[in-house]
Amino acid sequence: MEALIPQVADASSNLLAARNQMGFTLGFHIVLACFGVAFPAMMLIAEWKGRRRNDEAALRLARNWSKAVAVLFAVGAVTGTVLSFEFGLLWPRFMDRFGEAFGIAFAIEGIFFFLEAIFIAIYIYGWDRLSPRAHMWAAVPIVVSGVGGAFSVIAANAWMNQPQGFDLDSSGQVTNVRPFEVLFNSATGYEFFHMLLAAYMVTGFILASIYAVGMLRGRRDRYHRLGLIIPLTVAAIASPIQLFVGDTAARAVADDQPAKFAGMECIYESGDDQPEQIGGICHDGEVTGDISIPGLDSLLVGFSTGTEVTGLNDIPANERPPANTMLHLAFDTMVGVGTLLFLLAVWLAIAWWRKRDLPATPWFLRAVAISGVAAVVALESGWIVTEVGRQPWIVQGFMRTSEAVTPAKGIWWVFAFTMLLYIGLFSTAVLILRALSRRWREGQVEEGEVPYSPPPPAEASA
Amino acid sequence: MSTADVCVVILWIGVTLYAIFGGADFGAGVWDLLAGKSQPESGGADAPPLATRVRNQIDRSIGPVWEANHVWLIFVLVVLWTGFPSLFSAIMTTLYIPLALAALGIVLRGSGFAFRHALPGPAQWPATRVFGVASLLTPFFMGTVVGAIASGEVPAGGDGDPTASWTGFLPLVTGALFVAVAAYTAAVFLVRDSGASGEEELRDYFARRALVVAVVAGVGAVIGVIALHRDARFVYDGLTSWPGIALVILSGVCGLAALGLLVSGRNRGLRVAAVGAGVAMIWGYFAAAFPYVLPTSLTISGAAGASATLTAVIVVFAAAAVTVIPSLALLYVLSQRSALESYSSSGE
Repeated sequence: MEALIPQVADASSNLLAARNQMGFTLGFHIVLACFGVAFPAMMLIAEWKGRRRNDEAALRLARNWSKAVAVLFAVGAVTGTVLSFEFGLLWPRFMDRFGEAFGIAFAIEGIFFFLEAIFIAIYIYGWDRLSPRAHMWAAVPIVVSGVGGAFSVIAANAWMNQPQGFDLDSSGQVTNVRPFEVLFNSATGYEFFHMLLAAYMVTGFILASIYAVGMLRGRRDRYHRLGLIIPLTVAAIASPIQLFVGDTAARAVADDQPAKFAGMECIYESGDDQPEQIGGICHDGEVTGDISIPGLDSLLVGFSTGTEVTGLNDIPANERPPANTMLHLAFDTMVGVGTLLFLLAVWLAIAWWRKRDLPATPWFLRAVAISGVAAVVALESGWIVTEVGRQPWIVQGFMRTSEAVTPAKGIWWVFAFTMLLYIGLFSTAVLILRALSRRWREGQVEEGEVPYSPPPPAEASA
Repeated sequence: MSTADVCVVILWIGVTLYAIFGGADFGAGVWDLLAGKSQPESGGADAPPLATRVRNQIDRSIGPVWEANHVWLIFVLVVLWTGFPSLFSAIMTTLYIPLALAALGIVLRGSGFAFRHALPGPAQWPATRVFGVASLLTPFFMGTVVGAIASGEVPAGGDGDPTASWTGFLPLVTGALFVAVAAYTAAVFLVRDSGASGEEELRDYFARRALVVAVVAGVGAVIGVIALHRDARFVYDGLTSWPGIALVILSGVCGLAALGLLVSGRNRGLRVAAVGAGVAMIWGYFAAAFPYVLPTSLTISGAAGASATLTAVIVVFAAAAVTVIPSLALLYVLSQRSALESYSSSGE
């Protein structure tokens, strides 16, 4: 915390207010973005299963999911629009100086967002109006756009961590922009795959947890079983890959952003044979209350306990990430929860391999029921690691966040109001999804109940 | 033409598409707001009340395309900050109040519309009201932004006066004009859509409103010209000399033609004429303000980013044109076709 205080003092409270505002709105949007990226794929799998085997339950699932996709996409679109405004409203100096470098990624994202919006509408409109084949093909651009959109946004974020593909002239202006180097900077690869897998895991575990709750309440029909198995299988396949990608990403961060890595691991003294410190509180140059495994951190970073790891003491005080304990615990939470989710996937895999069925014990369903919330916790923790860990920089090594922030007044008020507004949005969206699922259970399936859907018959009242 | 000029044209194409399609969506929300109370729980009556039918028509017209229409705004923002970062920063650091209010309006409008049918009965009405009010306020605040830019209230270096910049005569008139034009465009689209599906009563309903708001917009435009004369002399001079004047005349001719078609009850050519009036006005401003993006303090070339970036924007736009436009056309065709289908099937 001590690193935070001088910063707040010199940039007034605007910086903290703007960071809170950005952090809150992004942390909210990132969950919806995960659904936008991964939910359509699960919907398509359900439809494909339904059409191939003429499986009524799978088709019903796909149709209902497409409505949930529409509601979530609509909310995600507005929270995403808010973010595009916030880039300028909160960080005008950043956009002014670097917009021409990293903005290209967002231009590409715009295309994918557009295509996703169009084909979601076509897909929802197309139930009963397109041939089964054409309808399934309409979902393919949605899935592809989700991946492409994630790539573009993550490329922009990766660029903030590893700014490349431009030069600065003598007056500090950006020149000689090389768009490909911007897009494919050295952090894009690991950040993109890490986030893409996270999106599939978050969506998969949340969906599976909803149907697990239903099954625990005794609704064990085929519809609920499929609703659990399809997303859980996708998430389970993503989990082991994620452990591998996350491990690679951590090693790359140790090379690319030593200050971030030292903060994540609470390493103060540079040197080899670094212990892996799990949990604990970081203050006054030491970690207390942690579980320490000798040499493991060096082993993880360089496959040898002799690997040298940079400590915070060798980083200038004004370039160390703030809120070190939070950063460290966020990292441990992400890794810990990710590992537990991987074990859940292993449990499913063993049961499926041995008897072609879900594990029979209700403890499995209970574990799945909490996996959705757990996955969101891991997601938000990971996002805190990458964003707080980059501080005090907005563009690593080139621009401090305090230099980027707007001088506009009243951001704390805007932040308070935004929190209320978003809580309202979130509650309404949850209320709607619950009301929809109740209606589906009661067997009422009607058109015109979600955005993009065809209108109800002209005579019916809205 | 330099790459910066091409990028400004691309930006302006985005602005035009957003003004027409996004504007029509906002306008439809305004008509929704003014439609009076509908009774969502009135089921069982022989014919639903007029307000309900008006809202159903609005849903049918904008339902499938409302999200795609608003992606143009994102497009405009992204091209601005990528291609013209100093312009983006100047606008954002000066006009952050109306822009933040417009962003709030977009959130409320989008969620209000998305939620109005999905919510349980009693909560539908508040969502509908939120949708309507936000549809009215958002184009107003966007208009004040454009008016403030036209009147030279945004300094090239940014950090202009956060309140006085957009509360002058010209910005407020422009805001009101934006609302009127959005409502007009929407009314014309709704006239066409209800006419195409044989709803004569609704067609008359929207045609009457289109006529009224056309007169309002016409008066607003005249006041706007006076305001331009007073507060934005450079733009005024550009609009009253070649080539600006040609587009002003084209806009007037299209507007009058649309009025004539409305009065005579004909659908053919109505949308083209109404949209033409708006498009000619938007490009009239472009021609009048050229070569400035902030009249008269920042030129296109002065605001432009690095040349490789501008080339990348052009390439991305070309890719968007190739992928998005056919997809969008497919969506519009499907939505028009199935609107008709649901009509024929509802009669069974």
